[in-house]
Parts: sequence; C-alpha cells; structure tokens
Amino acid sequence: MEILVCVRRVPDTSENEIELDATGKDIEREELVYSVNEADNYAVEEALQIRDRVGGNVTVVTVGGEDDEEVLRRELAMGANRAVLISDDAFIASDGRGVATILKDFVQKGNYDLILCGVQADDGAAQIGGMLGAMLDYPFASLVNSITVEEGKLKVSREIEGGNRELNEIDLPCVLSIQTGINEPRYVGMRGIRQVASVPIPTLGASDLGVQKDSVGEAAAKVRREDYFVPALSNGAEMLHGSREENADKVLELVAARGGLK
Amino acid sequence: MARIFAYIVHRNGIVDDTAGELAAVARRIGPTTSPTAILTGWGADLEAACNSLRAFFGDIWKIANEALAYPNAELVRQALVSILPSNSILLVPHDHFGIDLSPGLSVKLGSAFVSDVLSIDGLERDSLRLVRQEFGGQVSTHVRCDISSGAVINVRPGAFRPEQVTPISSGVIDKSSAVGTLTARRRFFETIVAEAGDVDITKHSVLVSIGRGIQEKDNVALAEELAEALGAAVSCSRPVVDAKWMEKSRQVGSSGKTVKPKVYLACGISGAFQHLAGIKGNPFLIAINKNPKAPIFQVADVGIVDDVLEFLPELTSKARELRGVAAK
Repeated sequence: MEILVCVRRVPDTSENEIELDATGKDIEREELVYSVNEADNYAVEEALQIRDRVGGNVTVVTVGGEDDEEVLRRELAMGANRAVLISDDAFIASDGRGVATILKDFVQKGNYDLILCGVQADDGAAQIGGMLGAMLDYPFASLVNSITVEEGKLKVSREIEGGNRELNEIDLPCVLSIQTGINEPRYVGMRGIRQVASVPIPTLGASDLGVQKDSVGEAAAKVRREDYFVPALSNGAEMLHGSREENADKVLELVAARGGLK
Repeated sequence: MARIFAYIVHRNGIVDDTAGELAAVARRIGPTTSPTAILTGWGADLEAACNSLRAFFGDIWKIANEALAYPNAELVRQALVSILPSNSILLVPHDHFGIDLSPGLSVKLGSAFVSDVLSIDGLERDSLRLVRQEFGGQVSTHVRCDISSGAVINVRPGAFRPEQVTPISSGVIDKSSAVGTLTARRRFFETIVAEAGDVDITKHSVLVSIGRGIQEKDNVALAEELAEALGAAVSCSRPVVDAKWMEKSRQVGSSGKTVKPKVYLACGISGAFQHLAGIKGNPFLIAINKNPKAPIFQVADVGIVDDVLEFLPELTSKARELRGVAAK
C-alpha cells in the first residue's frame, strides 16, 4: 500500500507558554520549542505499522519552509521511506483551503492508496484532511482511532461522544484524519536522526506541482487571521500566592468545606 | 444579505443543545434575518425533532431519507449540496460530526470554512469577523472570513447562550424530493459502546484529575495516594489516556466521561475545551499547573502555579495528618 502522511511542524504547547509579543498582535516566537504536531506523529506511526503489515511505502510531506525539514527528518528516522518538502513563496499565508489545494496537486502527481493527516494542529481547525478528501473526491473519515486493512477497503473506527466508537467501512483510496492515542509512536533518538542526516529531501514548488498561483497564498485566502489577543477576564481563578505548605493547607480547607476528606 | 442556515444535530427524536445555540449565532450575524434550521434523518425521530424546534426557528427544512437514518457525513454532505442555495451561510456544531462534515462540504459548496468559532464580532458587507482560539486555548485570535461566496461555520458547543424567540413560523418544509440518490463510499456499521472501567468516576463527589503535567506513568501513583487520602477517585485528561498511563474509562471530556463532582482538582491539566466539556454541575474547581498561562486558570475557582509532582505529595501528607492516618 502506498501511504502519504501530511505533517506539520508546530510550537509544542506542552513545552511553551504562548504569550503575545511587544506588538500585541502576534505571539512571541523567539525561543519557542517546535516539534512535529502530535496527531501527525500518531498518523506517521499508524502508516508505518500498516506498511509493515501489508507492504508498500510511506511518504511524509509538509508544506512550509526550510526550517520544517527537521520534522521530515524525524519522521524518516521513525522509518518513513521518503520525505518531500513543498515550499514556495507563492504559498505563504495560504489559508486551510490553500494548503489543501497544494496537497491535492501533490497527491495527483503520485499514486497513493491512503492519505493520512493528524486530526488537528496548533490552530485547532481540523480542516485539511476533510478539504483534501473533497478536492480529490476520495471518501474521508475524521477522528480515526483504529484501522484494519481489507481488500480494496479499510475498517476504521471513529471517536465519537462519551468514549464510544463508530465503526465504518471505507473504500480505497481515501483520506483519514488520525486521532491521538491510536497507537504508541516509537521513540526517535538523536542517533536515529543522525542516521538519516544524509537522506535527500526533495523540495517541490508551485511550478513542479502545477499549482495555480491564484488558488493559493494570501490573495486567495478567504479566511485570514487578523491578530492574536488574550481576552480580558471578568472572573478568572483566585490565585493562591502562599508557600507550597500554605497553599496545601488552603486547598484541604476548601476541599473539606465542600464535603471531601470524609 | 446571505441566507443563514443551521444544521441541527438530533438523536432519538430529541434535538441537541446546540440547536438553540446556533439560533443565537445566526442572530449575532444577522439580527434582522430569520435563520432556517435543516434536519436530516428518517422516520418518527426526524418528525419529532423538527416539531420541537418551532421555538427557535421560523423555517425548518426537513430532509427525510432512509439512507440518512444514521448521520453519515458523506451522505449528509450530498444532501446539503443539493438543497442549499448558493452563497448561503451554514452553521454547524463543532463536534465529531461537524469535524467530519464541514471542511469537505465547504469545498463542494465553493464557500469559505471557519472552524471552532467562539464568538461573532460582526458583519461588514461581505466580511464576517469572528473569534477563535489557538494553541489549546492559550491565546485567542480575530479571524476575518470573506462570505461573498458563502461560508460554512463550525461553532463550539456551549460557547453561545441558547436563544429562544417567537419566530414568524412557516413551519416544517419538506425538501426530501430535492435530494437524489445518495451513494456512500464510507458505510456505517455500528456504534461500539465504551467499556466500563474498574472505577466509575461519574459517581464520585471529589475527583483528583491529572493531565500531561503528571509527566510519566510512575507519577500516577502520586494522584492515587492523594485520592486515597481525600476519599476521592482519580480521573484524567486525554493526553494521559493517549500515553496509556490510565484507562479510557477514567477520561473526563467530550470524548470521555461527563462528571458532576462537588470538587474537581485539576492537576497539570491545561484546560482544553474538550476536557472542560466533560465537567458539569459547576463543581468547585481547583487548578494546579506550572504554566501561569494555562487556560484552566480562566475557569478555575482557585489556582496555584506549581509543579504537581511537588505539590501533590505535600497535599497528600497534609491530608493524611488531618485524617489521622500515619504516613507510610
């Protein structure tokens, strides 16, 4: 099976406090720790496990700039067969629709049976996989948390409310958005990354892919972020500023007053 | 202005809470417009759901089709594409169904898509200004959406107060015949109900709930010891289950359990909206997190900026003292 996984490099929210910068319009980007988007990493692991069961190849692709090569190399170290960086000045400030358009043109240059994306990235939009599926006219399923390969189709379960799962059958080729927790992504150490340091990662631009420039980039974007802001809070938490011991005493007092500690 | 539609989620003949919320969103976008509800489904459940909406919507469009008895997003998309007028605004709840439906629907309609909207700032001609969040709710953002060729807008459940009005009712309009044959390349089989766990977190009045801040599996014991000392149970947020540190049955959130404790100790939990959606009944919420910017502090009653790995053992030993239990 030929599998494509679309990944993205994002600021790691578990490692960073996201704050506004001096302009108050953007976030402070100095010293941010970046990593591969968490759900995308699960998608790569799932692709590798499927390949190891049924054969084929796993390609990872990202739309971005040269800084994003590091996440592609990380996924090569995990075991992906091939990585491609899609980069062009014409792509800067594309909205979700623009990014999906670029990926659609890339997919159509290849011959993929299965395309995986992470369910959502740092912007929480959860949109690229569904858009890509519709553009390719492939069936799509979101929030996928298990995959079984059958002849010409897959059995997939989707995460729905209350911890329940929805079992579906989906024809290949298809696009799936992968939910975190579907597997246990393998560990990649520095040594693994060094071993793939010399693997070439081709960079493809708009003309290589035949992307119509008026369908991507800032001019084509129907959805634009104006600024970042931190909303003024009317009633946030009452913060305890005592010592650790004082805070613990206070917490126990509050818990006991509400029926705990019985 | 563009006509506004709301896709209504319903189950067993009962409409979801988001129905009234979407009515409120529609009036925020166009105060003078009368939004139209769209319901897809089949049989008596669909009829009951349509009839229950008369307080919120003037026009109710019904698409009855046996293939839509279960809301398969691929089929619902085909149905909506065949009945929505061009350049419409469609509002959809941002739940597991909206995530499945809306991005692809916007492509097929040739309209813009905005995901997980929290607030509507206003409409100036064809430019709709909205508020979203990024980075797990750590920052908000203003987004402008060009609605000149229509828009599909996914709205966060619970973000708007439901609005009940007295609409000029033209009642339920049957649009079923406008929908042709529906063919699926993704076929729904069955719903697999979550397994019950060893501990039922929905029955406890005090929960010690842990998140990513617990850092590794061995540290879960810190929460278990505290829970024992407090007479509480341990629950958790999604990353703890993803990492296989606790069973799925302990997860609080929209994809886990809904809990109604009296006290909720959020320990190393950032406070993503999917997690908060599982906390009901307005418990007294105490948050401990080493990131002072963590969104959990916006909703907590009391907050402490500290490392849970240090704070929980302190709390446990003091709780044991209070209850007269000798520390091991």
